[in-house]
Amino acid sequence: MPEHSNSPPQPAPSKPVVKRRRVSVSWVWAVPIVAAAIGISMLIHSQKQVGPKITVTFLTGDGLTENKTEVRYKNVVIGKVTTITLHEDRSRVDVAIALVASAKPFAASDSRFWVVRPRIGAGGISGLDTLFSGAFIGAEAGEATNTQDAFTGLENPPPITFREQGTRYELHSDTLGSLDIGSGLYYRRILVGQVVSYHLSPDGKGVDLKLFVNAPYDKFVTADTRFWNASGVAVNLGADGMKISTESLAAILAGGIAFVEPQYSTSVEQSKADAKFTLFVDQSAAEAANGAPHYIRMRFDQPLRGLAVGAPVEFHGVSIGQVVSIDLDYDLVTQKFPTLVGAVIYPNKLGKFYQAIVSNPVVIKAEGGKPGWLLAKLVEQGLRAQAKTGSLLTGQLYVSMDIEPDAAPVLFDFKAQPLEVPTIEGGFDKLQDQVQATVEKISKVPFDDIGINLNVGLLEARKTLKEVNDSLLPEFDQTLKETNIAVKQISDTVLPELHDTLVETHKTMALTSDILAEDSAPRQEVGELIDETARTVRSVRVLTDFLARHPEALIRGRVKDKQPDGYQSSPSYSRDIEKEPKP
Amino acid sequence: MTMPATAGQMNLVLCHGCRQACPAAHAHCDRCGAGLHRRKPNSLARAWAFLAASLICYIPANALPVMYTDILGSGSENTIFGGILEFWESGGWDLALLIFIASVVVPCTKFLVLGTLLVTCQRRSRWAPTERAKMFRMIEVVGYWSMLDVLVVALVAALVQFRSLSSIDPRGGILFFGLVVLLTMFAALSFDPRIIWDPEVEDA
Repeated sequence: MPEHSNSPPQPAPSKPVVKRRRVSVSWVWAVPIVAAAIGISMLIHSQKQVGPKITVTFLTGDGLTENKTEVRYKNVVIGKVTTITLHEDRSRVDVAIALVASAKPFAASDSRFWVVRPRIGAGGISGLDTLFSGAFIGAEAGEATNTQDAFTGLENPPPITFREQGTRYELHSDTLGSLDIGSGLYYRRILVGQVVSYHLSPDGKGVDLKLFVNAPYDKFVTADTRFWNASGVAVNLGADGMKISTESLAAILAGGIAFVEPQYSTSVEQSKADAKFTLFVDQSAAEAANGAPHYIRMRFDQPLRGLAVGAPVEFHGVSIGQVVSIDLDYDLVTQKFPTLVGAVIYPNKLGKFYQAIVSNPVVIKAEGGKPGWLLAKLVEQGLRAQAKTGSLLTGQLYVSMDIEPDAAPVLFDFKAQPLEVPTIEGGFDKLQDQVQATVEKISKVPFDDIGINLNVGLLEARKTLKEVNDSLLPEFDQTLKETNIAVKQISDTVLPELHDTLVETHKTMALTSDILAEDSAPRQEVGELIDETARTVRSVRVLTDFLARHPEALIRGRVKDKQPDGYQSSPSYSRDIEKEPKP
Repeated sequence: MTMPATAGQMNLVLCHGCRQACPAAHAHCDRCGAGLHRRKPNSLARAWAFLAASLICYIPANALPVMYTDILGSGSENTIFGGILEFWESGGWDLALLIFIASVVVPCTKFLVLGTLLVTCQRRSRWAPTERAKMFRMIEVVGYWSMLDVLVVALVAALVQFRSLSSIDPRGGILFFGLVVLLTMFAALSFDPRIIWDPEVEDA
């Protein structure tokens, strides 16, 4: 033993006999060596476990705890918050995170980090488990090759992960409406994507939304696909009854966007990623739209009560756009207040006409633009806008564009911005005007004068009648008296003679009637005479018949029964004659 | 010196097994047959080795988490010192003190006492042998209680298993801590307290 080697010399007898081992190093030293080996191996192991150290800044450190809050990806712990410190300018919180070695991809420069807290959002309730367990930091590995150690954390979880297959598109809308990040995108009522982000457009005149369409469905987004805001419930009270349309309960509550391609759509190519589309306010607006919209303006002189923003603009009864603005204007010259109606029209809807116009090489080179030329051509033909009554009940107006061949020609500036379509008074207004004109004409009739004249006339008539009464009546009376005398004279002289004549006539008539009486002798005689005559005529007829058949009888005389024909009927003749009724 | 002659002076060796005094020349006990040694063989070297091993193990025992607590989905790993601090900060100073004594004070005392004993014995120091003997007896008694941590973790890990509600699992640190306790006990066992007195007798 080593300790005994330094020991001072001892008296031999007292020194005990100690068995010594030959090996100078005891086996027991293996124990600390093994312990050290294990310790070192664990040290190496844990060193290998240490991954990149990154710093993520958040707006608030709410719910985060040093050494406790985990960083998770797909609910697998990939790191831990080590320290939480205020940023230099105290506007944000720096959260230092120690990632595990396997989480190296999460240090890629486009990795994203966000705090998972319980939140009730558009897509439902998320992060409920963190109610009890406390918040954790969600992470998503980027795809960039370069790494960095400082990140800016997201305040909201990103709805789409990098790995998800699909395509992003951009929508432009006037207003965000009830849409939110996570609002669903529906294609034939199937959820196919969602709103990823939104922000005001740079000029502040609208909202740009970013959409993500999931992979198998993104191929249905073609160049002429229409998107519309399908939030809430659309109630239409039309001629065909009340129609309520919704996309889904989620869309009612959380807002949603629907899209569909037009039925006549010919394009099958999927739109390129980040292609821009317009978000229409509703389905009918989306379906009405076709091609690029163009803003036009119309100046109406008459008041347009009943014309609302969104009212259809029709061409030949087909909706080609809608009213987007109604403003008052002031005309310094006439000192009137015309109404300026702004509308968006879709020239594509004009079909072949539009194609013919746009394919015209002159038009392509023209600086006024295709819609300018198009409208110029139409205005030349007599295109005029009218505000017409859509419903007599509600007085709703719509703008109707029609070709009026007899319209007065107007100057049309096809280079103007916006294009101004000439207007004429609407049909209903026309009718009103006509009625008014008629009424005015009637009112022009001098009923007062007529009345006075009539009155004067009547007075004169009365005067005349009085004169007639005064002068003519006595004369008339005398004339009547004279007539009376004349008649009396006639009755006195002529009537007795007339009476005699009548009596005479009566007598003659009675005589005649005696002669013609049934049982009178002359009449009997006449009857017998007639009978005799009839018999004679019949005999003559028989004779002539007989002679017609037997002309030889004139020479040979009547042949008796030997003759097969002719004479057989003779007895009948004789019998006929005998049967002759006697008068 | 009025003390009676030592066993060595009388050429006797005490049997470790049955405490029978046997002649030093014999290799085995006459009565029970156990091997006869004047002192525990290789005592200082063995004690040094075990002490060194336990010191090495004490580092991961403190650095590594000893247990993993999962309460309603929020899991956390605790090291010994982290647990003490947590208890202390949350107001459980008594528990913090208990754990601190059991897992820090006691092992460190053992290291210090054993180290002191080994150093002094190696140098055949004649300094305060009575006190050193008392210290040795103390660490022998206290030694078992160092297992408190290991027992607590074993018990809690076995009892708190409510699936997703909460569960506690042991981690690597507790294994090293157990090894620390075991190795210090081995070190204390390897040490022969009679060596404390040897210089006094032999160098007299």
